Amino acid sequence: MMGTIWFWIVGAMLTAYVVLDGFDIGVGALHLLLARTEDEKRLVLRSIGPVWDGNEVWLIAGGGTLYFAFPLVYAASFSGFYLPLMIVLWLLILRGLSIELRGHIGMGVWRAFFDGLFALSSVLLAVFYGAALANVIRGVPLEADSYFFLPLWTNWRVGPSPGILDWYTVTGGVLALIALAVHGAAYLAVKTIGDLQQRARRTISVLWIPLIAITALSLIATMAIRPQTLDNYKAFPIAFLIPAGVIASLIALLLFSRRGNDRRAFTASCVYLALMMIGAAAGLYPALLPSIIDPKDDLTIARSITGHHAQAVGLAWWTFGIALAIMYFVIIYRMFRGKVDLESEGY
Amino acid sequence: MDALLLHRIHFGFTITFHYIFPQLTMGLALLIVVLKTIAWRRNDEMYNQAARFWAKIFGINFVMGVVTGIPMEFQFGTNWSHFSRVTGGVIGQPLAMEGVFSFFLESAFLGLFLFGEKRLSASAHWASAVMVWLGSWISGFFIIVTDAWMQHPVAYRMGQNGTFEITSFWKLLTNPWALLQYPHNMCATVITGAFVMSAVGAFYLLERRNEEFGRIFLKVGVIAGVISCIVIIFPTGDLHGKYVAKTQPASMAAMEGLFHTEKGAGIVLMGQPNEEKQTLDNPLVVNNVLSFLIYGTTSAEVTGLDKFPKDQWPAPLPLLYYGYHIMAGLGTYFVVVMGLAAFLLWRGKLYTTRWILWPLMLSFPLPYIATTAGWMTAEIGRQPWVVYQLMRTSEGYSHHVSASNALFTLLGFAGLYTVLGILFVVLIYREIAHGPAHMKKFEEGLHTVSGA
Ligand code: HDD
Ligand code: HEM
Ligand code: HEM
Repeated sequence: MMGTIWFWIVGAMLTAYVVLDGFDIGVGALHLLLARTEDEKRLVLRSIGPVWDGNEVWLIAGGGTLYFAFPLVYAASFSGFYLPLMIVLWLLILRGLSIELRGHIGMGVWRAFFDGLFALSSVLLAVFYGAALANVIRGVPLEADSYFFLPLWTNWRVGPSPGILDWYTVTGGVLALIALAVHGAAYLAVKTIGDLQQRARRTISVLWIPLIAITALSLIATMAIRPQTLDNYKAFPIAFLIPAGVIASLIALLLFSRRGNDRRAFTASCVYLALMMIGAAAGLYPALLPSIIDPKDDLTIARSITGHHAQAVGLAWWTFGIALAIMYFVIIYRMFRGKVDLESEGY
Repeated sequence: MDALLLHRIHFGFTITFHYIFPQLTMGLALLIVVLKTIAWRRNDEMYNQAARFWAKIFGINFVMGVVTGIPMEFQFGTNWSHFSRVTGGVIGQPLAMEGVFSFFLESAFLGLFLFGEKRLSASAHWASAVMVWLGSWISGFFIIVTDAWMQHPVAYRMGQNGTFEITSFWKLLTNPWALLQYPHNMCATVITGAFVMSAVGAFYLLERRNEEFGRIFLKVGVIAGVISCIVIIFPTGDLHGKYVAKTQPASMAAMEGLFHTEKGAGIVLMGQPNEEKQTLDNPLVVNNVLSFLIYGTTSAEVTGLDKFPKDQWPAPLPLLYYGYHIMAGLGTYFVVVMGLAAFLLWRGKLYTTRWILWPLMLSFPLPYIATTAGWMTAEIGRQPWVVYQLMRTSEGYSHHVSASNALFTLLGFAGLYTVLGILFVVLIYREIAHGPAHMKKFEEGLHTVSGA
C-alpha cells in the first residue's frame, strides 16, 4: 500500500518536472527559430529566467526521492544508463550556463555562441529524455544481481541485447522533442506579444499534425513491443480515459491556440504531457524498471521499496516539504506573471 | 588503471570542484544578509548598493554551484551504485530532504532576490535575502548529515538482503558527528566569504577606487572573519578533533603522523611521513601537546597506527597527513591576519595601513585551500571504508561500469570543468573591475546592468 503511494509520488514528481522544465526546454529548442532580433532573444530568456532553475529542482528532488524510496531501482538504473546520464548531465551544465552567462558580456560573438549552445543543448535534452522514458517502458536486460549496463546503441532493434538507442527509443526521443517544442511555444504565446507571439502560435499550428501522428505511432509501437502494458488497462478499463484525455487535450490545444486563448492552450499542453506520463506509469505499475528478458526479474515496488520506518517518516516530511515548495512556486509565478518586457531587471 | 581508483577519483574530483562554489554561496549569503540588515535598519543606500554588488557575484557563483551540484546527486547512482543500493534506506532520506526542503527554497527566493527588488518592499526584499541564506544553510545541514552517517553510522539495522534500514529518523538527524561537523564547516564557509569580501575591499583601497565601498567591505569582512577564525579552532575544531580521536583512532593517528602508540604524544608541526620506515622525516615536534589536546592531560596515551592491521590504514596516508596539516596551519595563519586587521579596525587605522591591506587582498584563495584540505582529511580518513567499519569502499562502486567508461566521463568532466573555471574567473573579474558604483545606474532606472 505504502509502496504504491511512493510509486505515484515519484511518478508525480517526474511528471511535474516534465511539465515545468519541459516548457523552458521547449523554449530553448525554439529559441533560434522564433527570436530574430536581440530584443526578442532577451525577451525569450526573460520569460524563463526567474523560473527555470526552480523547475529543474523537480528533477533533483525527484531523483533524490527515487533514491530514498526505491534504492535498488535508483542504483540499477543510474549505473545501467551510465553513459546517457552523463551526457544528460553535461547538457544540463551547458544549458544552465548558456541561460545565465549570455547576458554578462555585451559582445555579439559571445551572445551568438550562447544562443546556439542554449538551442542545441535544449534540443538534445528533449531527445534524450524521450529516449530515456522509452527505455524504461521497453525494459532493460536486468541480470540476476539486478544490475545491467547498456551501450549507447547495438543493432537498433528491440531485442534481447538492446542499446539505449533503437528504433523505438528514437521514436520516443522525436516525440519528446516535438511535444516539448509545442509546449514551449504555448508558453511563449502566453508570455509575449506582437510578432513573437504570432510566431509562437504559428509554431503550434505547424507542429500539431506531426505531434498527433507521432503520439499515435508511439502508442501503437508500445503495444506492439510490450503488450503487457495493456494488462492494467484491461483490469481497470477506466484507465482508458487517459489515452482519451490525451487526444482531447491535443484537440483543445489547437482550438484554444487558434482562438488566441493562449493560457488555455498552454494548460491543454500541460494536461497532455501529464497524461502521457501518467499513462506510461499506469502501464508499468507495479514495475518501476521492467526486464526485457524475463518478467520475473522486473524491479517491482515490492522488491525495491525501502524500510518501513523510512517510508512512514518520509511521507510526513515529504507532504510538508512539497506543500512548502508548491507555495514558493505560487509566489514566484504570481510575482512574475503577465507579459515579459525589457523594462525591469534581469537577463 | 583499476575501476575502483577511477571511481574514487571521479567522485573526489567532481565534489571538490562543486564545493568551491557552495562554500562561497553559504558564507556570502550570511554576509549579504548582514549588509541588507544594516541597509534596512539605518536606511543607508550605500549598504544596499554594496549588497547589490555582492548579489551579482553571488549570482554567478550560484549558477556554478547549481550546474556542478546536479552531477553530484546523480553520481551516487552512476558511480557508487552498490553503495547506494545498500545505504539508500538510510542516507537517501537526508539527500531527498535536501532537494525538497532547501533547493526549492533557494532557487525560488534567489529569483525574487535578484530580479524582484523593484517589485518588492524593502522589508520583503530583505526577507528574500534571509530565505536564500536559510535555504543554503539547510542544504549544508542535510549534506553534512549524509556525510556524517558514512563517517559514523547511527540509527540503522540490517534489513532485507543485506541493505541498511533506518531505525530512528531523529537519531539520524542528531548524529553527534553531524552536530560537531556542521558548526565547524559552516564557520569555514563564513571564513571563505569574509576573506573574499575583505580582499575586494582591500583591492579597492589599494587601487584608490570605490573607496567608500572598500571600507564597507573591509569592515564587514574583517569583523565576520575574526569571529569565525576563532570559532573554527575553538571550540568547533577542538571538539571535532576529540571526537575523531575517539571514534576513528586510525584516522587520527594518520592525521598526526603517529606511527607508534605513545604516552605523552607530541604534536607534529612539520615532517614528512615515511610509510616504509614508519617514521617521520625531518620532524619538528612539541612534546606532550597532542595528548593534552585530545585528553586534557599531558601524559595520556594516544593510539598510533601500529595498533591497526595495515589493511585498515587510511590511504593515501601522506595526503591525509598533509591535508590535515595544511588546514590547521592555515587556520593559525587566519587568526593572525584577521586578528591584526580587527585590532587596526578598532584603532581606526585599518583603511590606511598598507602592510595589512596587502595580505588581506592576497589571502582570498587560502580559505578554499584550507576547506578542501579539511575535506580531504575527513574523506581519506574514513578509508578504506565507505561506511565506517560497515562497508568497504571497494565494495561500493558500480561494478558494471567499466574502468574505461569511468575514465571517459572523468576526462569529460575535467574538460568541461576547466572551461567552467575559466568562465567563472573572467566573469568575476569583470564584476570586480566594474565595481559597485556602476550599479547606481540600474537603481536610477537607466538600467545598464552588464546585461543591457
Ligand atoms: C577555512 C577552513 C578551515 C580551517 C581554518 C580549519 N578547518 Fe577543520 N575542517 C574544515 C575547514 C577548516 C572543513 C573543510 O570544513 C572540514 C572537513 C569536514 C568538515 O566538516 O569540516 C574540516 C574538518 C576538520 C576535522 C575532521 C577531520 C575528520 O573528519 O577526520 C578536524 C579534526 C578539524 N577540521 C580540526 C581543525 C582544527 C583543529 C583547526 C584549527 C586550526 C581547523 N580544523 C581549521
Ligand atoms: C565538499 C566537500 C567534500 C570533498 C572536498 C570531498 C572529497 C572527497 C574525496 C577527495 C574523495 C575521494 C577519497 C578517496 O577515495 O580517497 C571522496 C570520496 C567520497 N565522498 Fe567526499 N567529499 C566531500 C563531501 C562529501 C559528502 C558531503 C558526501 C556525502 C554526502 C561525500 C561522499 C563521498 C563518497 C560516497 C565518496 C566515494 C567513496 C570513497 O572514496 O570513500 N563526500 N570525497
Ligand atoms: C555529495 C555531495 C553533494 C551533493 C549530492 C550535492 C548536490 C547539489 C545539487 C544537486 C545542487 C544544485 C541545486 C540547485 O539546482 O539549486 C547543489 C548546490 C549546492 N550545494 Fe551541493 N552537493 C553536494 C555537496 C555539497 C556540500 C558538501 C555542501 C555544503 C556543505 C553543499 C551545499 C550546496 C549548496 C549551498 C548549494 C546551493 C547552490 C550553490 O552552490 O550556490 N553541497 N548541490
